[in-house]
Amino acid sequence: MNNNSVLFEEDFKIKGWDFTNAGEASLKIKNYLKEVGIAENILKRVAITSYEAEMNIVLYAKEGTINFKVTPKKVLLEVKDRGPGIEDVELAMKEGYSTATEEIRNMGFGAGMGLPNIKKNADMFVIKSEPGKGTKLNIEVYLK
Amino acid sequence: MNLKQIIEKLNLKVIAAEDSVDVEVKGGYVSDLLSDVMANARNKSIWITLQMHQNIIAVASLKEIAGIIIVNGRKPDEETIKKAEEQKIPLLLSDLPAFEIAGMLYSMGISG
Ligand SMILES: Nc1ncnc2c1ncn2[C@@H]1O[C@H](COP(=O)(O)OP(=O)(O)O)[C@@H](O)[C@H]1O
Ligand SMILES: [Mg+2]
Repeated sequence: MNNNSVLFEEDFKIKGWDFTNAGEASLKIKNYLKEVGIAENILKRVAITSYEAEMNIVLYAKEGTINFKVTPKKVLLEVKDRGPGIEDVELAMKEGYSTATEEIRNMGFGAGMGLPNIKKNADMFVIKSEPGKGTKLNIEVYLK
Repeated sequence: MNLKQIIEKLNLKVIAAEDSVDVEVKGGYVSDLLSDVMANARNKSIWITLQMHQNIIAVASLKEIAGIIIVNGRKPDEETIKKAEEQKIPLLLSDLPAFEIAGMLYSMGISG
């Protein structure tokens, strides 16, 4: 089998400020990987990256999508949103940096750990953002 | 240690997923920051927090948390309770502060 052939793919729609469904996409992704027998340490890392990316859409953007793909070699997430974008990506990547409002912080978010933890747990991570338009993350976690 | 024993010893009030309390607790974690729990709590831990917004349930489910203890006599919203039922995450209430709860669990042999 070709190493790049897609074994599984699913698209998730994420809505901004929708706390009723927040985290559902990440739960589905994690449950799928668990069902097919992906190792616990890989599962953990994918769950952290997808949850943080999903919640950043919920907290900061209008709407977005997560494209989830599995190949024989890796798990791939492409996370895109229509939202305010990020003016200074380098600053946003800093541990502890957050623009979260009081309201967001009171719900337990806004630790400024999301993007840094995505980077820490991904084998490949690219973030691109256009202020006023939106943000795109490409995340890969290798299976071996 | 079994979660049932913990509930009894700490006199916790079970307000959701009462039929999911027969589980082994492998450790504990205290935090009110969801990203911190996502990154650092271990599987089958008991999570001590004062957060009570429905977001805690997705985090607990993703991390396969054995149960959540909400401290300081705080009462979670209806949505949180509903979600906890759906995801089978035991929601446990205590009037005590986090420090006391963590201390009691530690002395019972539960560690981080
Ligand atoms: N999808 C996004 N759209 C707009 N801004 C974002 C997005 N993701 C992250 N940010 C910005 O980057 C900051 C840091 O994000 P993160 O590391 O996840 O921490 P936190 O969400 O706790 O603030 C956020 O406070 C926000 O200003
Ligand atoms: Mg974040």
